Amino acid sequence: MKPLAQYAAIIVGLVLLGTTPLYADNYILRTAATVAMYGALATSWNFIGGFTGYPSFSTAAFFGLGAYVGTICQRNGIPMGVAWTIATVSVAAFAALLGGIILRLRGHYFAIGSIAIVELCRLIVSSWSDLTGGGDGLNVPLIHASPDAVTRLFLFVMLGILAASLVVTIIVDRSRLGFGLRCIHQNEDAAAMVGINTTAYKIAAYTLSAVFCATVGAAYASWTGYIDPTDSFQIVMTVKVAVMAILGGAGTVVGPALGAAAFVLLEEVFWANFIDWNRAILGVVIVLLIFFLPGGLLSLRARLRRASGGAA
Amino acid sequence: MSREPILRLEGVSKTFGGLKALTDVSFSLDEGEVVGLIGPNGAGKTTLVNVVTGNLRRSSGRVLFESEDVGTQKPYEAARRGLARTFQIVQPFPAMTVLENVTAGALFGGGADSLADARDKARESLEFVGLAGFADRPAANLALAARKRLELAKSLAMNPKVLMLDEVNAGLNSSEIDGALNLIRQIADRGVTVLIIEHLMKVVLSLSKRLLVLHHGQLIADGPSAEIVADERVVEAYLGQKFAARLKEMHHG
Repeated sequence: MKPLAQYAAIIVGLVLLGTTPLYADNYILRTAATVAMYGALATSWNFIGGFTGYPSFSTAAFFGLGAYVGTICQRNGIPMGVAWTIATVSVAAFAALLGGIILRLRGHYFAIGSIAIVELCRLIVSSWSDLTGGGDGLNVPLIHASPDAVTRLFLFVMLGILAASLVVTIIVDRSRLGFGLRCIHQNEDAAAMVGINTTAYKIAAYTLSAVFCATVGAAYASWTGYIDPTDSFQIVMTVKVAVMAILGGAGTVVGPALGAAAFVLLEEVFWANFIDWNRAILGVVIVLLIFFLPGGLLSLRARLRRASGGAA
Repeated sequence: MSREPILRLEGVSKTFGGLKALTDVSFSLDEGEVVGLIGPNGAGKTTLVNVVTGNLRRSSGRVLFESEDVGTQKPYEAARRGLARTFQIVQPFPAMTVLENVTAGALFGGGADSLADARDKARESLEFVGLAGFADRPAANLALAARKRLELAKSLAMNPKVLMLDEVNAGLNSSEIDGALNLIRQIADRGVTVLIIEHLMKVVLSLSKRLLVLHHGQLIADGPSAEIVADERVVEAYLGQKFAARLKEMHHG
């Protein structure tokens, strides 16, 4: 996709989601906010999973830690925005430290290690009752406004995070860092041999993949007003985000956000119409899409062009 | 007094558990020299290159590059210092174009200021090895000979001071080898110090005036090529009596 087309797609997408409050009801607004939220998570995953080719399943760990740090800050009287910032910065630092250890693993081993982080975080948080309330969870100070106003606020917050993650993606994509990450994806040993500090680059990618997840987690906690370990550290979420990014086109700029939108909308349709079978149907759809469209939704354009070129 | 050698190994050993891959290897390369490194399979030639470029850490001894001890460097640091290498099995970035492959070398190893600058340097480098026409093709689509040239272009874009070529001619036919030989000569003419690992004696002898011979991880000979090929130990360890006799005939006949 050409840069201009990318920017256009991003702006159209953000405007589409951002204008829903003008005409739609609370349900649509919530769905739009969910699309933006998963868009930001999938775009974050793209730094490590897409550009670098390291199949990370740590998303839920960063999300959950962000939620807890933000909540604990807010409960101690720190204003919401500041609490989110603290959550973002501290989780980023955590990811950088963790990355130095876990990124020594490659391929399947890295995938397993990164998924174990989610479980580990969940266990620590649920055992550390003094600080986290353990299995009882924590209440987050509520925002005193009408439900519609709250939904609108969080729609714009999630959109803001999504926009920020996309801007950073564009910058990385066009910079030395992005080029280096692609080299690592292709052949890590060769990347080191041309002078890329692969360890530092991978840590940077892993940290970037954590930053926005933490902000999203903290904001989500403020939105729902209650968090507990099971909901904050979900293996299902960690897998879902990776699937979204792959569905849209891993390693591209707009693909992951597009995949997130498609996934959330499909999920909504199947929930509404096939309450008993929605997970199974979604599963089949994902398998089919990834089987027949391994390059993601964005590769459809190239395919269509080739098909029409062949017919002419 | 002569200048300091650009690369010097002092008593370098490398062991893998109980296996001694390199034992007490010492030699030095002067700036601008072209030196051949020969020896039977498993003698430790590639291990030696790996130790110099930081892919493996030496067990003991010193590796000095421009008089600086670089024994504990990482591969990316070696690349930035100007110690470039090619691999026996070519290592491209397969899904990237030929130009992007070389640009990576210029940007990260060659210290280019920007992506655009790196791309310019990459084009020059491709021109030099004769791959300019393939710049926009995916690296994976190249035939073996072209892929070896790509490796060379990538290494050259890194502005190397020392270039270690690990069997760049293996698997090539004789006209391709002649092309590669010309290229290596031109690289040496630029003042790059070249260490060439090679099984084909024709190639080694036509390029280098000096040879190093490894056998069972030990450096058994180091000297002018003509003397080395006549050395009894080298004949026994590597060349074989028949081939040595033929070489002698070539030299005297």
